[in-house]
Amino acid sequence: MTGKGIRIEGLKKRYGRGDTAVDALKGVDMQVAPGEVVGLVGPSGSGKSTLLKCLGAVIEPTAGRMILGDEVIYDNGWKVKDLRALRRDRIGFIFQAPYLINFLDVTDNVALLPMLAGKSNAESRKQAVELFKALDVEHRAKAMPAQLSGGEQQRVAIARGLVNRPPVILADEPTAPLDSERALAVIRILNQMARKFDTAIIVVTHDEKIMPTFKRIYHIRDGVTYEEAGEGRGFD
Amino acid sequence: MISLAGRDIMNAWGKFVFTGLGLGLLIGVTLSMAGIYRGMVDDGKALLDNSGADLWVVQKDTLGPYAEASSVYDDTWRGIHAMPGVARVANVTYLTMQVRQGDRDVRSMVTGVMAGEPGTPGWPPYLVAGRQITRGHYEAVADIATGFNLGDRLQIRRNHYTVVGLTRRMVSSGGDPIVFIPLKDAQETQFLKDNDAILQQRRRTTANPNFNRPQIPGLLEAVIALQSSNAYVNAVLVQVATGHDAEEVAQSIRRWKRLTVYTRSQMEEILIGKLIATSAKQIAMFLVILSIVSAAIVAFIIYTLTLGKIREIAVLKLIGTRNRTIAGLIMQQSIALGIIGFVVGKITATLLMAPIFPKYVLLEPLDSVIGFVAVVVICILASIFAIRAALKVDPAEAIGS
Repeated sequence: MTGKGIRIEGLKKRYGRGDTAVDALKGVDMQVAPGEVVGLVGPSGSGKSTLLKCLGAVIEPTAGRMILGDEVIYDNGWKVKDLRALRRDRIGFIFQAPYLINFLDVTDNVALLPMLAGKSNAESRKQAVELFKALDVEHRAKAMPAQLSGGEQQRVAIARGLVNRPPVILADEPTAPLDSERALAVIRILNQMARKFDTAIIVVTHDEKIMPTFKRIYHIRDGVTYEEAGEGRGFD
Repeated sequence: MISLAGRDIMNAWGKFVFTGLGLGLLIGVTLSMAGIYRGMVDDGKALLDNSGADLWVVQKDTLGPYAEASSVYDDTWRGIHAMPGVARVANVTYLTMQVRQGDRDVRSMVTGVMAGEPGTPGWPPYLVAGRQITRGHYEAVADIATGFNLGDRLQIRRNHYTVVGLTRRMVSSGGDPIVFIPLKDAQETQFLKDNDAILQQRRRTTANPNFNRPQIPGLLEAVIALQSSNAYVNAVLVQVATGHDAEEVAQSIRRWKRLTVYTRSQMEEILIGKLIATSAKQIAMFLVILSIVSAAIVAFIIYTLTLGKIREIAVLKLIGTRNRTIAGLIMQQSIALGIIGFVVGKITATLLMAPIFPKYVLLEPLDSVIGFVAVVVICILASIFAIRAALKVDPAEAIGS
């Protein structure tokens, strides 16, 4: 990679109009540096998902600024023409469930992204296999998703998020379905990958067991974020 | 770029193959319906081809002898034979009826042909067994579709006939196999009344003082003989001499004999355009309904398959897959389903369905090509609903709410 992480300033999102309008985000500020993993926590209805969708260029904010690496991608309007390419090349996604494409084998699940970006099949698969080595799922490269354990599926999903070397990865509750040991293993991997690929990772969670692992945590409540120093235990 | 559709099909090939089998049976029925229509047209053309005629001379202002009843006096042929441009002429009668053989009967078109030699209009052009009719009475040549064999004794009305020859593809426009018998027998068959009716007619004639005049011997017998015989045929078949134009000869006969004359192309138009028109429309409606049902089934299957992949589609859209790639995935699957269905349908129609239909089923290669194109077009159209559903999927659905 890489770039300079992600920074958002005064990000707002309003749903609806007039009397029925709801301000889901009321001016969110946030900055995540390359190689850093931060937590984003908050109760249901606090605006976590809305923030994640804005960061993922899935919905358009109402106002504010977003800077990805060196480039302003949103400044009271999208500054990037092709949001699809932005999501494909510069934002990685890891979901609560792995959501692997069940009709593609493990390698093609990951190699699909570089293929979509125009790389050759061979080059894309090579990129995928390199990540499998780092994530210790190389031996499952030819398996179908249904043949993997939950932990293996989540590691493949992490590989998919990383494969295009995006400057930022958005992880939506990546440890929710896992027990403590596996949840901590996933966070360990995310930390390793963030440092290895100089990627900024935002982990949306309300999983208490992984909270101590973050050095910085953003709390979101009623559409406003508050930064808090975390314990950052265990992964230095 | 890998083929997403291909991978999905390979991953769930059993589902695709079984769905394709079901669709294939439906397509097989559709192709068979087209084959039945073609068979009807071919039967009509075979009837005309096998008659060996260039012109059909029939009762004035009728569409006979196949589409309407037609009666022509059986001496008419002599005058026609003498006209310029006429090479050969023969009377012919047609009567569709049940022909009895032993304890079974077969629906057949009994055709009365004049005595003559091979090549005489109306005669079967070739035989597959036995010989042509050589006697003036009680011999028959039958199409093998009747199931009759050489030497079989047939009962047509009151008379018995021996099968002396067998022919093939000699059928009426309705697909009934033809049984050829001598013309005189056929004329009698067409107009033969039962014994009681004959007795009552004779009694009435005898009681009529205009016919029963003792001072004129032989008058009553002559009238009764006239009432008991039939001097009419259904048509006169004409072969035009080499070098003459059929239409010109037809014009000449129309002018001088005051009869209606049809050329080969006009007769084909009557058979196909009028006689089998209703059946053809019926089959066309079946084809349209089957096509709509096929389209609905493909649309439903593809729509259901797509709904089962909504989460995957949301993920694909979120990670930057173009809409056209997703549309291509669905459309390719739809087309693949159609191709599997077509192959199964073609094999089913050719090997399983066509042989068991009682009437001739003609599966034309061109119909198969048209059918294939129609299946592909239907599959493309049927995939539109699923594509619309897929394109409406919000990539945000991949992100938990």
